[in-house]
Amino acid sequence: MPHLENMVLCREPQVATLQALFGERHHFSFPSIFIYGHTASGKTYVTQTLLKTLELPHVFVNCVECFTSRLLLEQILNKLNHLCSSEDGCSTQVTCETFNDFVRLFKQVTKAESLKDQTVYIVLDKAEYLRDMEANLLPGFLRLQELTDRNVTVLFLSEIVWEKFRPNTGCFEPFVLYFPDYSIGNLQKILSHDHPPEYSADFYAAYINILLGVFYTVCRDLKELRYLAVLNFPKYCEPVVKGEANERDTRKLWRNIEPHLKRAMQTVYLREISSSQWEKLQKDDTDPAQLKGLSAYTHVELPYYSKFILIAAYLASYNPARTDKRFFLKHHGKIKKTNFLKKHEKITSLVTLQLLTLVGHDDQLDGPKYKCTVSLEFIRAIARTVNFDIIKYLYDFL
Amino acid sequence: MFELFHFHLKHRFQCIKMSSRKSKSNNVIHAEYLSQVQRILRERFCHQSPQSNLFGVQVQYKHLIELLKRTAIYGESNSVLIIGPRGSGKTMLINHALKELMEVEEVSENVLQVHLNGLLQINDKIALKEITRQLNLENVVGDKVFGSFAENLSFLLEALKKGDRSSSCPVIFILDEFDLFTHHKNQTLLYNLFDISQSAQTPLAVIGLTCRLDILELLEKRVKSRFSHRQIHLMNSFGFPQYLKIFKEQLSLPAEFPDKLFSEKWNENVQCLMEDRSVREVLQKHFNVSKNLRSLHMLLMLALNRVTTSHPFITAADLMEANQLCSMDSKANIVHGLSVLEICLIIAMKHLNDIYEEEPFNFQMVYNEFQKFVQRKAHSVYNFEKPVVMKAFEHLQQLELIKPMERTSVNTQREYQLMKLLLDNTQIMNALQKYPNCPTDVRQWATSSLSWL
Repeated sequence: MPHLENMVLCREPQVATLQALFGERHHFSFPSIFIYGHTASGKTYVTQTLLKTLELPHVFVNCVECFTSRLLLEQILNKLNHLCSSEDGCSTQVTCETFNDFVRLFKQVTKAESLKDQTVYIVLDKAEYLRDMEANLLPGFLRLQELTDRNVTVLFLSEIVWEKFRPNTGCFEPFVLYFPDYSIGNLQKILSHDHPPEYSADFYAAYINILLGVFYTVCRDLKELRYLAVLNFPKYCEPVVKGEANERDTRKLWRNIEPHLKRAMQTVYLREISSSQWEKLQKDDTDPAQLKGLSAYTHVELPYYSKFILIAAYLASYNPARTDKRFFLKHHGKIKKTNFLKKHEKITSLVTLQLLTLVGHDDQLDGPKYKCTVSLEFIRAIARTVNFDIIKYLYDFL
Repeated sequence: MFELFHFHLKHRFQCIKMSSRKSKSNNVIHAEYLSQVQRILRERFCHQSPQSNLFGVQVQYKHLIELLKRTAIYGESNSVLIIGPRGSGKTMLINHALKELMEVEEVSENVLQVHLNGLLQINDKIALKEITRQLNLENVVGDKVFGSFAENLSFLLEALKKGDRSSSCPVIFILDEFDLFTHHKNQTLLYNLFDISQSAQTPLAVIGLTCRLDILELLEKRVKSRFSHRQIHLMNSFGFPQYLKIFKEQLSLPAEFPDKLFSEKWNENVQCLMEDRSVREVLQKHFNVSKNLRSLHMLLMLALNRVTTSHPFITAADLMEANQLCSMDSKANIVHGLSVLEICLIIAMKHLNDIYEEEPFNFQMVYNEFQKFVQRKAHSVYNFEKPVVMKAFEHLQQLELIKPMERTSVNTQREYQLMKLLLDNTQIMNALQKYPNCPTDVRQWATSSLSWL
């Protein structure tokens, strides 16, 4: 199918295998097919596109959205109902609590005229979450063709390998299909595909080349790379827009964009700042050292007593309770007894900065419990500013 | 002479047209037959059609059918367990037996069947409702409230008594995934079914199908004592020569195929395949891993996928390709798609495992090991920030290539949580061989942790 190849790049062998597996409409297909591969390797996209283009009757559900068995089963039945009934009048919502009811209702629904013995496909995306639901769901879906005695095939899409799904006493083994990862050439081809029309394809391809040169050793996820490509392209075009360089001046363009991409790796890639903040930074062209990340780590100046509360919280969080006597009997506390209210304020502000988190229930009678969530390097830096050698008081460093 | 030439040309042109039409029509004929072939074989491989033969289980079949006949015709109550590994043909056996039983006239009028499955009826309440539904007694039960399970069940069976109240209709209960029923509370359903099969009320046959060889250990004492201890074992007890015969039979087209010529050609091709040495090797490898017919069906299905109008017969190469697809190492495939940084982390973990003999490690330890590699002058290109390395580490955790030793507790920070690697050294080295564009220094680091000294 030529126009299918244009919609789905670099996945021709997988499309061919799936098409061969599906076979003709009325033929039986394998009762369950398990498709695995890295995230953003096209599993969901190829399956959906293929089923829609070939106009095969199918139902698509995501196991992250339907996190209980009831939600999952009801959604499948409702979507099937929608598929079978041609009139879009108010179709009654089905209630289905158990897998037994599901099988019974499924048999009823698939008797509809519009299906006429065609294979019905149920696609379960993010199938690894099925393992955490009721224990009979996964083996049941693997055998759905046998249990319902209908022409149905269930497709499982996941990034976890099949060996980790198999139940202890065994199950009906599905047909396992692997979606290989994209090679660097494939990535280049796919990323260059969505170049904005104002610029030439070669110009964009050179940009993608640079982007992959910086990020490929760290991340091969297509979704991440596309996100980064879109975010950073305006900065790349800046010299051309300002008139400082033309499209072919690769060295100048590279010198402009490379430090910017390296900064992106430390911030946007780690989701330290949001994309809108990043875009604003590009426009304002501020000094990169002024980037205020989500983690207030290097950019917050705490008041004197708050620092000690934080140090005390760290010690309390990570030293076992029985060692307190050992450390603190001869402690010349620099922590003066401040007003209780002020201490409460300081604790609240530390929680807002996400340096402490609330642990335990709200209704605990003896006051809320907190935990210190900063890393060792951070607390050492803080302790250094108040001349407190925290290492001496940490149990793990004895 | 000119006319002769002209005639010659016209004749040639007609011949070409005719031959292309013939090959086109040949193609059309092929396509139609291939579609039929696909339909028949797919039904055989994917759907377990009832026409399939019983391979090597004749004795067990006889035992089962006699038992069923005794219940259906002579009103004797019985219970039996059919035990065999997955894919050994338990469901197929019972379906065959029931089909033959229903062909006897007096049986088909009287006998009722109830099919239960441990995956569907996950507790006894649902099971009871299902029994009511399958016996078509929903109207009779109506809104009655019963004191106990036993009362309910005996009411149902009473209701099945024939008009003259002299005898009751025999009921055959088939319990698939029998071992799951033993996990229900007090094993009430099993107790009651076996109890009724011992007392002479209604002729009842209870047939359980399970893959667990230790099924008797799972039964409670009072349930076990009411069970007749009759067991039928299906153990896939055929050897390789019979496996080859099964292969031939499964691929061959039946005698009722519409075009005799095509089906003869197809079956001849299957015979050639069976005698081909490379095909035998493939089948031997497959047989050594798993004897059961389901995995054979998967292999044949993969080979069948390659049949098209331009490639109408299965070749030895198809089967070899299919075997390769079946025996892929899936974890190695996942490692193939990792980024270079993630591969470096796996190599660092491998070295930690070698030095500390598989003791669990945490992120900080892996990071320190990685830094030892990075700090060599030539490797400064891998000098990434710690949070970037942490993100790569978390990706490995998401892919379940590394696993925490215990559930994430509140007390330890992420960097210090103990983990273990779920790949072994040979898997890692094999995956590295196939890794695309693996940098040489990374590969050298993998082969020896001391090479950088």
